[in-house]
Amino acid sequence: MKDIAETRESYLEIIGLWKMFGDFVALRDITLSIDEGEFVCFLGPSGCGKTTLLRAIAGLDIQTRGRIVQAGQDISDLPASARDFGIVFQSYALFPNLTIRRNIAFGLENIGLSREKIRQRVDELLDLVGLPDQGEKYPAQLSGGQQQRIALARAIAMSPGLLLLDEPLSALDAKVRVHLRHEVKELQRKLGVTTVMVTHDQEEALAMADRIVVMRDGVIEQIGPPTEIYREPRSLFVADFIGEMNQLAAVAEDGDAVRVGEVRLDSRQHDFKPGEQVIAAIRPDDLIPHEAGHKPDADSGNCLRVRLREMEFLGSFWRCSLGHQSLGGQMLIGDFSVNAARRLSLEEGGEMMIELPASRLMIFGRDESEDGDD
Amino acid sequence: MAMTDRASPAIPRGGRIRARLSRDDVIMRASMVMIALYLLITLILPLYVMFSKAFTTNTFDLSQYEVQVSNEEGEFENPPVNLAVLNEKLGVFGPADLATSSDGRLPVTRLFPDFSFRSPVKYRIHGTTPDAAMLVGSALHKGTEWVELDSNTFRRVVLRPKKERGFENFRAYFSTPALFNSIENSLFIATVTTIITVLLAFGFAYALNRSCMRFKGAFRLIAMMPILVPSLLPGIALVYLFGNQGIFKELLMGESIYGPIGIIIGSVFFTFPHAFIIISTALAISDSRLYEAATALRASPWRIFWTVTIPGARYGLISAAFVVFNLVITDFGLPKVIGGQYNVLAVDIYKQVIGQQNFSMGAVVSVVLVVPAVIAFAIDRMMQGRQVAMLTSRSVPYQPKPNPKADRAWFLYSLMIAVFIVGILAMCQFAALVKFWPYDLSLSLRNYQFDLMDGGGWASYRNSLKLGILTAIAGTSVIFFGAYLVEKMKGFEWGRNIFQGMAMLPMAIPGMVLGLSYIFFFNNPDNPLRFLYGTLAILVISTVTHFYTVSHLTAVTALKQMDGEFESVAASLKQSQLKLFRRVTVPVSLPAILDISIYLFVNALTTVSAVVFLYSPDTTLASIAVLNMDDAGDIAPAAAMGMMIFYTNAGARILHAVLSKGILARTQAWRGR
Ligand SMILES: Nc1ncnc2c1ncn2[C@@H]1O[C@H](COP(=O)(O)OP(=O)(O)OP(=O)(O)O)[C@@H](O)[C@H]1O
Ligand SMILES: [Mg+2]
Repeated sequence: MKDIAETRESYLEIIGLWKMFGDFVALRDITLSIDEGEFVCFLGPSGCGKTTLLRAIAGLDIQTRGRIVQAGQDISDLPASARDFGIVFQSYALFPNLTIRRNIAFGLENIGLSREKIRQRVDELLDLVGLPDQGEKYPAQLSGGQQQRIALARAIAMSPGLLLLDEPLSALDAKVRVHLRHEVKELQRKLGVTTVMVTHDQEEALAMADRIVVMRDGVIEQIGPPTEIYREPRSLFVADFIGEMNQLAAVAEDGDAVRVGEVRLDSRQHDFKPGEQVIAAIRPDDLIPHEAGHKPDADSGNCLRVRLREMEFLGSFWRCSLGHQSLGGQMLIGDFSVNAARRLSLEEGGEMMIELPASRLMIFGRDESEDGDD
Repeated sequence: MAMTDRASPAIPRGGRIRARLSRDDVIMRASMVMIALYLLITLILPLYVMFSKAFTTNTFDLSQYEVQVSNEEGEFENPPVNLAVLNEKLGVFGPADLATSSDGRLPVTRLFPDFSFRSPVKYRIHGTTPDAAMLVGSALHKGTEWVELDSNTFRRVVLRPKKERGFENFRAYFSTPALFNSIENSLFIATVTTIITVLLAFGFAYALNRSCMRFKGAFRLIAMMPILVPSLLPGIALVYLFGNQGIFKELLMGESIYGPIGIIIGSVFFTFPHAFIIISTALAISDSRLYEAATALRASPWRIFWTVTIPGARYGLISAAFVVFNLVITDFGLPKVIGGQYNVLAVDIYKQVIGQQNFSMGAVVSVVLVVPAVIAFAIDRMMQGRQVAMLTSRSVPYQPKPNPKADRAWFLYSLMIAVFIVGILAMCQFAALVKFWPYDLSLSLRNYQFDLMDGGGWASYRNSLKLGILTAIAGTSVIFFGAYLVEKMKGFEWGRNIFQGMAMLPMAIPGMVLGLSYIFFFNNPDNPLRFLYGTLAILVISTVTHFYTVSHLTAVTALKQMDGEFESVAASLKQSQLKLFRRVTVPVSLPAILDISIYLFVNALTTVSAVVFLYSPDTTLASIAVLNMDDAGDIAPAAAMGMMIFYTNAGARILHAVLSKGILARTQAWRGR
């Protein structure tokens, strides 16, 4: 992973970007570098400025301050028509009165291509998106997923250096969405085009992106590959926004540990002073299940005896609500594989032992709603 | 633990990015500036000139001058006399003589009864203030320096007026009962008509939307007919029906149709479709779920009517009321034909300007007329806005259920309205075909020999056709493109806001006021655009401007329904906005474009108010011919010409319907249901 990243060249540089709508700051000092051929997702809750950032990159709504460098050229003040990108919108914005062919060919006309060349290119693109015989139809005659693919074909028709996608899949129903996710990703890999996609669907981001840019209120919270964002969230916001996360109110103790209720738990290394109010967080699938009679080893403390309050079968795993009187009434969620559940004969009302690996127990400041932890 | 404040880092100073403009941006901005310039020249500037005329007085201020007269030997023994004092003593000039226009000239010698140009007496004259101006021959003298003249030259001394800004003209207006009584008359007529029309139209719209009566299509069609004729046509019909030789004269029981009664009946006729459309729309969008809920709660029909129907349609009703009010108070044709001695504001403007050549009083009346028109317009806009807001949160349309008794009642009611509308038109057509009303009722086409009458003959009709076609083509192009620019342009916020404001203004300006302002502006010798005066071009311009707002709003509505990202996509594909406009925007908006064209065409044929000040002998129009022939007593030919307008507009509408249908059929594939 690291090797690949190092051989790549930075293709798009965003440096100190600000966007103001009147007094409202929509983007605050965004700095970001995207590599050639990389697939980057902007992820964040509604209104955090994802679209605003994408439109600034496209030149559709130019930033108030800051620079954008694409392929070594400073494009900060260039209008959209002078930049090199293809774009797909949530609405697709297909021209309703033009056939699919003409939609795709819209950008290929008057750039000195012969009719024959244009026809060939359109055929090629239709093949590429898997709709070879829909060319003579009008957009209204296609399904949402098909329209989406046509919009994609139109966007890549001129082989742009940068592909921008603003929630391209969110108008589709769930099944089509999952299917198209792979297709889009596949296509992007085949073309090797640097791609930025905006989404507020964390699953989509995790599944498609090489790197995820998590945004919140106009600032970048964290940038990193999906696994890193998932495993090493740098703030409670990121931890909470992506995937499930148990959060326990805790008090910091000496030597990389915290106290939750009456229980002292070893945690990851942290810089909080003893006595400080913190949040201890752990992902449900990081809980290690043991049978009720399990005897913890000396060096892996962090074991709790809990009661299974509720179990919910979610297809590939069981989601369990776990209670422990010494946690001060707080509940834990644990995701256990079907296998483990069978092995330990878990059932509602029963007891079990869970282990909270210190390396997976993350500590964040109590004012986390406002801040990162380090 | 760094508790970094999220608000940091602070916003850096300076370094704001100034976006470079693309070629498209430049073209679009330039185009918008051009169209804004068009509106500036054809609307703002003329209005400005007219308004400043209304607030400017030009008077000869005699107290500004002193004259010293020598004896026969040419020695100045007598002290200088102030001309105001002299005038007071002699009473030569009254206030009316001293009020003048900006190029008034007052001969001084009138104040010297013994003046003889052969006399050896010499004269010295000077101003007492630096502004005092006079002409000696054609040489301008200004200021306090004495000018000494022999009597032969003194003969050629004329005073120039003093220009003052203020309310003097309005003081004159409000001290002339014959003039300011019109305000009350106009308000009275407009109010009464508004009440009657809105009530009738509400019933009619209710019948069409909420009952299961038969022949709804036909009724809808008939309700729209009055739009196709000039507002003065019902006046002519009323003359035949209730005039001195009218068929139903007795029904008035001694009252004269010439006056408020006639104006009100005619106004109800020509405003009916406008009110009907607005109220019908309001009723059509109301939510049937409310009715179901009310019925489930066992509310009585009466209660449902007052708690669901009326509140649902309230914005539509208010909006309709102000539209009707505005139409009536600004209408000129109808009161001109049937008003008799009953003066209203719009006709006063005409009388002041055409009858008495008193342009500044015309301007004053215009200002007076603009006030209620602007208020009515503003309220209407506000209501329309709320109506739209209601529309967005909708809803299942209401499906009326058959109710034979109620349906029959509604049918009879609608039939009554239809008979009224068709009756007026039929009366005109009949009168046009009758040889000599009421003595020889045999039919002939004599009244169609327009070339034998005043009013411009068949040429007027041809001019009107030309005007209609040119207005439709030029107006639709300019207005639609302007709306496109305003809707789809990036940035340039302030420019777009100004433009939007300009586009809304014409609707608030009565036609008479627009026309008069054109006289002031275009007929000014100093205006390089003067060559337009008296041409067909100025008629096209005034008509496009007069009917700009509704067309603009139609275009904006259509454009708003289009995906807002087309422009972004075109930019990303490096294609010009103009190509997008040509290939996508226009084809997709074709129905709206046709709607605008037909609207402009129909109005160009029926309008009287703005063009009545602007036509020349070469550019007489059919609608003006109706007015002039009626004025000259050729009422039957006037009716005949009026019906020609009706048939032409009806034909145009049919053509429009056929075209629209054709387009919809052809584009069905891509419009997708
Ligand atoms: N033209 C505008 N004028 C004023 N405020 C705007 C404008 N465009 C966006 N904003 C504001 O900027 C913020 C960021 O908007 P943006 O559209 O980028 O959000 P987003 O992250 O794309 O959200 P979503 O997931 O809902 O699309 C929002 O608070 C929005 O209200
Ligand atoms: Mg968005």
